[in-house]
Formats: sequence, structure tokens, C-alpha cells
Amino acid sequence: MDQIGGDLRLVSLRKEFGDFVAVDDIDILIPKGSFFALLGPSGCGKTTTLRMVAGLELPTAGQILIGDHDIAPLKPYNRPVNTVFQSYALFPHLDIYENVAFGLRRRGIKDVSAQVDAMLSLVELDAFARRKPSQLSGGQQQRVALARALINRPEVLLLDEPLGALDLKLRRQMQLELKRIQTEVGITFVHVTHDQEEAMTMADTIAVMNQGKVEQLGSPMDLYENPRTTFVANFLGQSNLLTGEVVERGDFVGVKVWGNQIKIPASRVATSNSKVWVGVRPEKIYISAESNHAHDHLGNQLVGTVLERSYIGVSTQFIVEIPGFLDDEKIIVFEQNVDASEVMAGDRVRISWDPAHTFALDAKQDAYAGDVLAETE
Amino acid sequence: MTNKKWVPYLLLAPGALWLAIFFLTPMFNLGATSLYDPSGSLETGYVMNGHVGNYVDALSEYWPQFLRSFIFAAIATVLALVIAYPLAYAIALKSGKWKNILLVLVIAPFFTSFLLRTLAWTAILGDNSSFVHFLQNIHILPEGGRILATPFAVVMGLTYNFLPFMTLPLFTSLEKVDPRLIEAAGDLYSKPFTGFRRVVLPLSMPGVVAGTLLTFIPASGDYINAQLLGGIKNTTMIGNVIDRAFLERGAYPTAAALSFVLMAAIVILVATYVKRAGTEELV
Ligand SMILES: Nc1ncnc2c1ncn2[C@@H]1O[C@H](COP(=O)(O)OP(=O)(O)O)[C@@H](O)[C@H]1O
Ligand SMILES: [Mg+2]
Repeated sequence: MDQIGGDLRLVSLRKEFGDFVAVDDIDILIPKGSFFALLGPSGCGKTTTLRMVAGLELPTAGQILIGDHDIAPLKPYNRPVNTVFQSYALFPHLDIYENVAFGLRRRGIKDVSAQVDAMLSLVELDAFARRKPSQLSGGQQQRVALARALINRPEVLLLDEPLGALDLKLRRQMQLELKRIQTEVGITFVHVTHDQEEAMTMADTIAVMNQGKVEQLGSPMDLYENPRTTFVANFLGQSNLLTGEVVERGDFVGVKVWGNQIKIPASRVATSNSKVWVGVRPEKIYISAESNHAHDHLGNQLVGTVLERSYIGVSTQFIVEIPGFLDDEKIIVFEQNVDASEVMAGDRVRISWDPAHTFALDAKQDAYAGDVLAETE
Repeated sequence: MTNKKWVPYLLLAPGALWLAIFFLTPMFNLGATSLYDPSGSLETGYVMNGHVGNYVDALSEYWPQFLRSFIFAAIATVLALVIAYPLAYAIALKSGKWKNILLVLVIAPFFTSFLLRTLAWTAILGDNSSFVHFLQNIHILPEGGRILATPFAVVMGLTYNFLPFMTLPLFTSLEKVDPRLIEAAGDLYSKPFTGFRRVVLPLSMPGVVAGTLLTFIPASGDYINAQLLGGIKNTTMIGNVIDRAFLERGAYPTAAALSFVLMAAIVILVATYVKRAGTEELV
């Protein structure tokens, strides 16, 4: 067991429950020592994936490699992998000290006190060693669960929505804390969450999962700036998606959107299909009065009318209607509140953005996939 | 708020009244009887003269039956625990949709009277039963050997009769064990048995304590099993002695003294056991 080490690789990993495919042939490479997030909506197969790595669920097919070693056939207690469970699953009959010492004792390590003390101080729970889990707050229990897993120095630490039960403020604090601890111990963290902000804050690399498949894998910036599917474009932040038709290909691809010419760098076009969704994030767009040509140099431009303007403190949000566009193709624009905006509701406006902030996706995909707001409506 | 202070007392009143009439009064009565002059009888009446000698006589004459009762009860309790634990474990954690049906089956014996079920065992274990013939044929039992009227039959009867009292509390505490804790133990390098030993067993201790008490206490005072399944020698339990002293010999002071000794002994045994169980693992 001790010689197993290296990157974690999931190879064509698959899990079926009866007829239902929970995890659909996923391939993921997680470099040793990285903070990796599995991000996706509830029910997309994140927990199932994690449980297969932990050995709590048997894969239907595929391999789980650490370095060159396939750990899929190993029992959970023989894997150099530990889990921070969604509900913590602390042992209620043991005090905090014994909970943390549990893994060491099971491996026959006699003198555990130095390691347990060090681990308790890493998670700042020294004073609570002799309390029972039920006497601790949610945030403290969460840290015990982390300490109980980390003390074993696993090759891979699995965290299943570890912050899900905490309130917002504590969650923010624990996100930074987890990141600090991961940097300090240098162990590979695989963090499951449905909260895109959490994944973006903490992870070096994120795999966005949807219905048992990996939609896209990359750095938070990659995924946000250059989404390759409508699901990713909507699930991570907000996107304007417009109906487009490719009319010209080259270093820049020319797309017609209801008669308006839009340019997109070829590397940001995720499909060879000529029917596309043209995407741009609301905060990448400049909005100005129609007569103001200050942003003409950016390259992509449309003219329309402001339907709604809402001031929300950090920014002002506009909904802009473009003549000739479909009803649900109104463009959302976020403007930073630096100076008072010159644009009011009802004004004719010019909206401009850089082609480098534009992306194109396959029009066969659902424009509302992964749109949390649209799906709950 | 303050004028509602009497509410708890009102709520306690029916229970307290019940205890006073049906528990304290008979206890007091019994206590008094145990100190009567033993030379009296029901017909001639008893004289109250604080005859502590009743206790001395009871103990010196009947200590073997006391000892036997506790040994039989202890063996039956251990056997019931050994049988009931895996049963309760399977029902609580492994039975899935069969859980309710299996639970009903555990309780099913209560639909028939205790006496009838014990009588049925006299037929099953009787000298001419096929079970006994079978044991004789495979030479586990010598030719002409008996099961009925042996300590074995009595202990078996006790075990059988009190098994549900062991199973149900065990089931209740095992059902409360979160299966994720078992997974967590596995994740933290416990092989299945170690996980059981370190997590499930300690968490089921309340059930073990409740089950052993519910078995041991009534089994120590039981006389039906010894009467129906026992013989003349080596099977008489203290319950039978008290039964006969009261109902056949009319020796009320002795019977009352024996009852008090039995009660005291059980209280001491149980208190010691619960104290140990409360402070540390019994296993
Ligand atoms: N043991 C199981 N039996 C049947 N279906 C399951 C089982 N575990 C999970 N599923 C199904 O698999 C899908 C993925 O579940 P899960 O991995 O828990 O999702 P997530 O953690 O992403 O919310 C869900 O639709 C869930 O209902
Ligand atoms: Mg989950």
C-alpha cells in the first residue's frame, strides 16, 4: 500500500444502478498534489464517482489508477485514500481525540499522541480533544472530519460537499481554511460541490459534470472565459447566448446574428457546425449612449434599447432589447459602478465588446442547459 | 406561570397512586410477613414477632436453588445474546424490505400463551419424541438418555422464552446505527470485523444492556420452565421453591423471606452490572 503514489486517473469509469447510468465513462486526470473540484448539479453523479474512488461503490467498468496502480479491485481499508463524508459521519461514541486517532490505531500505530495533537492544532481544535462530536458546532465537526481523514496522510483526500451544511459566512471562511490546509499538507484533494463559486475559489482544476458525464475540464479561468458547452456557459456564472450562423472562417470566424456581423477568434469556436450560439458574459460588455462611439474599436457592436435598469450596489444591470432578435435573446449587461451611468431605461444604446471575449457553441445544445434560474422557473 | 406548579404533580398522581396501592402496599405486607413467627399457619393466624431467623433459614436451606437460578438465568442470557445479536443485526442492517415481516416473526410467539409454548416443548423434548430418538441414533445422547427433566431442557426453555426480550432492544439500538459510520470505519482502515468491534458493537451497548436485563431478571425468578421442563433433581429454581412454600406448604414467612432475598440479590447483581456497563465497555 505504501508504494502506491502519483497522479489519480479515472479511466472510462462507469457506474450503473440497474438501467440507470449514474457515471457515464468518465476520463479524468488529477495531478498529484492538486486541488481538484468535481462540480455539477445535484444528482449528476459526483458522490457516486467519489465513492468509487473510496472503494465504497464497485465500478461497473473502468479503472481507477494512482500512479500506475489500479486500486479499483482493492477494499476501502486497503486504499491510500480517505474521505470527508457529506454528513461528517463522526463516531458518536468516541471523543474528538479518538475520532482523529481512529485511522492510525487501526493501522497498528502505537504512539499516536504527537500526530493527533499536531492534527488537532492544524484544524484549531486543540481545546476540544476530550469532547464528544455532539458537543461541537457544525463547523467544528467539519474540521474534525477533515482532521480524522488527513491524519492518515492519504495519497488522495476525497471531500463530499464538506461545507454543504454550514451557513454562508462560515462556508466562506472554511473555503479559505481548506485551501490553506491543502497547500500546507500538499495532498491531492478531490472536492465535490454543486456550488460554482466554491469550486472556483478553491480548485486548481475543475471538472464540470452533468448527467454522469464530464462536460468540460480546466482551470476556473478556462471554464469561465472559454466555456465549450451551453451547460458550462450557464452553470458557471451567466452568459448571453444568441442565435448565430457562421458566414466566414479564418483566424477570426464571422458570424451573422440576425443581420449583425460578429467576430470570434477561431480558437473560441467550440463546434464545426455552422449554426451556433454566440456567447458573451454580461460583464464583458460596455454600454453607452447610441451617439457615443468611444468603444467602437472593440470590434463587436449592437444597437438597441434599454428595457430595464437595476442598480444593485456593486454594479448596475441592464436588459437591452435589440431590434430583430427573439424575445428571449435580450442582452444582459453588467456595468461596474465607477461613475454614474449615462444610460437610463428607455434610452437607445450602443453595446460593444471585444471579439476575444466572445465564444461560439454548438446550436444543437439547449441554450438553457445548466441555467439554474431557468430550470427552477 | 408560577401558578401552574401543581401541573407536574397532577400528571404524576395516577402513577403514584397506582404504585402506592399495587406495589408499595403488597411490598410492605410481604416485608411484614417475612418477619412473622413461622410456627403459625393460615388457619391459626400468624404472630408478628420480628423473626429475622426466617431469612437465616431461607438462605441456609435454599442457597443451592438460589445459586442454580442465577446460573441458569446467566447461561440462558448469554445464549439468548449469542442467538439474538446476529438476528437483530441482520434484521436491522441487512434485511431491506423484509424488515417488518421479520420483526413480526420475532414477536409472533407472543400471540400464544407462554404456558402453552412451554408445554409444547415438553412434547418436543419428551422421551419418545423424534428429536430425542434422532439424538440417540447419532449417539449424541446415550441409549435411554433423556433431554426432558434435565438442566439442559430448563436452560433451553428459558433461552427460548426470553429470546424476543433480548432481540427487540438489540434491534432498536442496532437500527439507530448510521450505516455511513460503518463505511467511515472501512475508509479508516478497519476490516469488516474491526469496524463492527469498534463502531457497531459500542453503539449497540444500550441494547445489549437492556436485552440482558430483560432476560436475566425474569429468568432468575422464573418457575414455569423448571416446573414443566425440569425434573426432581438438579433443576429446581428458587421460583419453584417460593411457589411451593406459598401455595403447597403454606409457609408464608419463609416464602416472603425468600422473595425478599431474591429481590435484593437481583437488585445488587443488576446494579453492579449497570454500573460497569455505564462506565466502560463490558466487552
Ligand atoms: N445506490 C443507488 N441506487 C440507485 N441509484 C442511485 C444510487 N446511488 C445514487 N443513485 C443515483 O445516481 C445518481 C447520481 O447520484 P449521486 O452520485 O449521489 O449524485 P450527486 O452526488 O452528484 O448529487 C442519482 O440520480 C441517484 O439517484
Ligand atoms: Mg452528492
